[in-house]
Amino acid sequence: MTHSNVAYQVMWNRLISVVEEQAQALVRTAFSTSVREAGDLSAGVYDVDGRMLAQAVTGTPGHVNAMADAVAHFIRRIGHANIYEGDVYVTNDPWEGTGHLHDFTMVTPSFCNGNLVGFFACTAHVVDVGGRGFGADAASVFEEGLYVPIMKFAARGVVDETLVRIVRGNVREPDQLIGDLYALSTCNEIGHRRLIEMMGEFDLVDLTGIAEFILDNSRRATLERINALPRKSASGEMTVDGFDQPIKLCVTLSIEQDRIICDFAGTSGVDKKGINCPKVYAKAYACYALKCAIAPEIPNNAASLAPFEMEAPVDTIVNAVHPAPVALRHIVGHFVPDTVYNALDKILPDVVPAEGAGCLCNFQVSLRPSKDAPTGSTARSEVLTFNSGGAGARPNHDGLNATAFPSGVMTMPIEATEHAGPVIIWRKELRANSGGVGKQRGGLGQYMEVGAQAGYEFDFQAMFDRVDHPANGRRDGGAGAPTTIAQDDGTVMRGKGKQFVASGRKVMLALPGGGGYGDVKLRDKELVKRDLLRGYICAQSAMDDYGLSQADVDDIAMIIQNGGDLK
Amino acid sequence: MANSSVRLGVDIGGTFTDVVLETGAQRFSTKVLTTYDAPENAIIDGMYQVCQQAGLEPCDITQIIHGTTLATNALIERRGAKTALITTQGFRDVIEMRTESRFEQYDLNLNLPEPLLPRQMRYTVAGRIDARGEILIQMERDEVEGIVDHIIAAGYETVAVGLIHSYLNPIHEELVRDVLAQKAPDIMVSLSCEVSPQMREYERFNTVVANAYIKPLMKSYLGRLADRLAGEGVSCNIFLMHSGGGIISIENAAEFPVRLVESGPAGGAVFAANIAARYGLDKVLSFDMGGTTAKICLIKNQTPKTSRVFEVARTYRFKKGSGMPISIPVIDMVEIGAGGGSLAHVDAMKQIRVGPESAGSEPGPACYGRGGTQPAVTDADLVLGKLDPDNFAGGSIQLHAKKSAQSLQSVLGDPLDVDAATAAFGLAEVVDENMANAARVHAVENGEDLSEYTMIAFGGAAPLHAGRLCEKLGVDRLLVPAGAGVGSAIGFLRAPFSFEANRSVYMKLSGFDADKIKTLLSELQNEATGFVRNCDATSPILSEFKVYMRYAGQGWEIPIVISEDQAMNPCRDEFLTLFEAEYAKLFGRSVEGMDVEITVWAVNATTPPEPVERAVISSNAGDPTIASVRDVFDPALSKFVASNIVDRKTMLNGETIGGPAVIVESETSIIVPSSRIATRQSDGCIDVTRNDKGTV
Repeated sequence: MTHSNVAYQVMWNRLISVVEEQAQALVRTAFSTSVREAGDLSAGVYDVDGRMLAQAVTGTPGHVNAMADAVAHFIRRIGHANIYEGDVYVTNDPWEGTGHLHDFTMVTPSFCNGNLVGFFACTAHVVDVGGRGFGADAASVFEEGLYVPIMKFAARGVVDETLVRIVRGNVREPDQLIGDLYALSTCNEIGHRRLIEMMGEFDLVDLTGIAEFILDNSRRATLERINALPRKSASGEMTVDGFDQPIKLCVTLSIEQDRIICDFAGTSGVDKKGINCPKVYAKAYACYALKCAIAPEIPNNAASLAPFEMEAPVDTIVNAVHPAPVALRHIVGHFVPDTVYNALDKILPDVVPAEGAGCLCNFQVSLRPSKDAPTGSTARSEVLTFNSGGAGARPNHDGLNATAFPSGVMTMPIEATEHAGPVIIWRKELRANSGGVGKQRGGLGQYMEVGAQAGYEFDFQAMFDRVDHPANGRRDGGAGAPTTIAQDDGTVMRGKGKQFVASGRKVMLALPGGGGYGDVKLRDKELVKRDLLRGYICAQSAMDDYGLSQADVDDIAMIIQNGGDLK
Repeated sequence: MANSSVRLGVDIGGTFTDVVLETGAQRFSTKVLTTYDAPENAIIDGMYQVCQQAGLEPCDITQIIHGTTLATNALIERRGAKTALITTQGFRDVIEMRTESRFEQYDLNLNLPEPLLPRQMRYTVAGRIDARGEILIQMERDEVEGIVDHIIAAGYETVAVGLIHSYLNPIHEELVRDVLAQKAPDIMVSLSCEVSPQMREYERFNTVVANAYIKPLMKSYLGRLADRLAGEGVSCNIFLMHSGGGIISIENAAEFPVRLVESGPAGGAVFAANIAARYGLDKVLSFDMGGTTAKICLIKNQTPKTSRVFEVARTYRFKKGSGMPISIPVIDMVEIGAGGGSLAHVDAMKQIRVGPESAGSEPGPACYGRGGTQPAVTDADLVLGKLDPDNFAGGSIQLHAKKSAQSLQSVLGDPLDVDAATAAFGLAEVVDENMANAARVHAVENGEDLSEYTMIAFGGAAPLHAGRLCEKLGVDRLLVPAGAGVGSAIGFLRAPFSFEANRSVYMKLSGFDADKIKTLLSELQNEATGFVRNCDATSPILSEFKVYMRYAGQGWEIPIVISEDQAMNPCRDEFLTLFEAEYAKLFGRSVEGMDVEITVWAVNATTPPEPVERAVISSNAGDPTIASVRDVFDPALSKFVASNIVDRKTMLNGETIGGPAVIVESETSIIVPSSRIATRQSDGCIDVTRNDKGTV
């Protein structure tokens, strides 16, 4: 290592810290709960050729690759000659951004002493973009909301008021969306300021040297990992609910000397409804799954992501093209990792988890006063929540209870959700007996009950899967519990789509559990007792599924009575 | 404070208990090993040592101020009491489900920290408040009594009560307390609406659970301490340092022990704030680096920056999200795993990584010669010439430079194909950059530009790294105060009596209600003042008013300080102007045409700070005695340079030494880089500034 390498290492750490600041600025200034509470965002810095150099750890994997590719589209569309200091570019193009109209991506060129030295980009999921509202019901992308092609949000520092007026005129929560667009541009600005300070400190005129250092080291480290794997090929598949008919996801993994290819040939075709996934988003999750298993600690950048390739025939559900509806592309996207793991497990045993809940268990509530509203209020509101089922059990650990995987977002505090509109969350707690049985138990799902303040009715936009296709266990582990959804008076509801809920009614949800791992007979009895003590499983399951004796069950009941614990 | 005052400051840390005694202008201090089983023993021991130095008896002491890591450690080590949580039906698992996310996204084997209370110790009761503070479902006393009967039968010592939206309406939490008080007066009760009246159920519930969990332990410890001290003839009052940087009575501390978490580092920040006042500095960065962590805090206008939430007991490489959130008024600092004992390795990208794993005192860094084989920050400092191997810790530990070089070579040098000195340079640069990054991020989050700041460094390892940190951060001036080794305990003696009361109440500026604001702030002022009055019956009490504001629809507020006049005669336009200015300062531009709302209201009541004697700035009294010359590595120049070695004890007022130099003392050494000069000030501070050449 020469002295300049020490300096480059310092600069690399600095860039990672710069993009983290960029992401934090977005969280602190955003309006949508999806961004400010749940962290559904991403931020990164790029060189002049649009190659990603660093990405914030705050954020979610679906945005990773998608945003990594996005900046190149911006450079191509805007044109090098048309890039000026003070510009800010925007799009929500599902195919050139991050997969659906609800994600806005903003790119800001960074100038140092009058010369273009790089770009900052960030992405955030906004709560509403007009159209039918966030949900699966559209038949084409045209119904899903306002489309903003790659264009200038600000030209030489001046915000395009025409664009702002068009956006305002087309969405349900204009203040919120415009606020979010400002937040996105602010966050790039913060990143830019820090970069320029760093360049001053290290006397840099461009990022060429540091870019090569980052990309060379990352490429070499990633290739070393891939090189250490067996050169094999294997296939995996998984079937999930879909909208009207089941979707089959198929993948063949081929590990080569310098790359891993995920080929999704054989996967179901595009659906009529908005659960289709642009390739860029499916690829993001395929890469994410492989990186977790193979090279988890190598930071994300153009070089560390490049060896992970994805192919899929056009018009399969993982490569839906314009004008397919794609609003809920996350459902299919979130199932990509489990599909990839079903193949990878045949090549690398004892590494990957069993199937889990997979896609986030989200819903959006559109509230309005019912006809018998006592207040006479006309206020409407849109409330979006992110929730998680159980994760799949790991070779040596139980699955995580009610924790998002593969998504990286957080849930919103219910107290914050209830401030966003007249919604009432009556219940949000762990769902006993929902983890698949096994040597390692699958993660528990959760119960939720959702209603409204007196005098309000609402449309409930369901975005659930695993109603008919629960998470499978691995190596003889049992399946997790399926999703169930109904109203409190027994009215049946569908797992996906917009459904009316009358004033006074509640939606009763049981979100799915993760699959178990390994033969349940091999489960440590102490863990079974712990699970019973905590109420993760009931006494019946402890005896029937895990072979606990009546005497053990009685002992546990006594400990509970005495307010005790094991150990 | 009368001239006859004799004040004792006691800081119980993880390894040492620091005791400082001040009698007028004189100060005596000692460090004794912390006695975990009965922490009061170390205090008594230390108290006698300093009393002996001063020629006094314990009965001469007029005031004791105490801070401790015991509360923090009890949370980290899970040594709390048998605790039950009573919460709203449907929300039994809030403290277990956390944010439903993974704090490290690429680790397939990640496990989340266990909640403080396992599920079977969490009980639910029907009854529901809504987001406007109105009752949706009434809580039934009968049902509460049933639960309380069970809690009594099960033998719980302490109960936390955390109900949804209780920060808006405490009536149901108070009902639970009434029932407990009636049926089981011996069971301790903590209510979330009192411990942490803030929105966001996970943070609030976790905070009230933590309070309940450590309450029996802390109450018992504080009781024993008072008894022991009385037994030794101490008759004065005992006060506790809290995490917000002020002092509360021993009774209030026993009621809200969670407020004692991180009181030691808070004392350090107060120490730095006092130095700042002495030098009339309005913008100070305090830098406290010990054996395992470094703490960085912004001090503006001689007041440490405060926050409303922080994270304790991080379980995974100090990573954000891997601990438990505690929402109480706290001095806002960043703590990272970077200390003298932090260990280095080379990762997959052939990058040097440092910390947060630490060598501790056993085996210690490789240079201690106690079997450590992995290089620590101290090993790099030794190989780079920053430490004198024969004069470390006052000569009590002989350092082995050869062992440092060997470990640096084998662990870092060989994989990177460089020599030991270059490896040491790389290690030191990485740890310095990690600390600089933490400081930068912290400054940005607060909208501050560090180049306008002065650094105040204390803690054993800080003076070795502070000079380089200043270069990296563009900070022109560094002060290394005397007594830096027991800085926190000295800080306790400088802290005012203070207490912050806050509450979440939502109000949009479009619905600005001046009367309501006046009432609310008056209530908070009375509450906060009451706590302070408990400690000090006579002093005037000052109130600082703060409101947290944001654009309606945002999730994160920014604190806006308002004057007492603005608080008592609230004016909508004034609030808006203050907010917009602060927002634009933080984030570049304000947002046009959006409604603004106030979410949290806070009043900090405090006694006036002790008058501070301004330091007289001395300069150019000549050169100090040069004890010797040795080669020390200067990272800004990337080479070893011949450096003058000066003994701090022999340096006279106003004497100045130009870098490269090392000012040595028994506990540590101050590195003066080539870009700086160092002057001894009349109060013993070493004042390190940029030299005329000014180049880095």
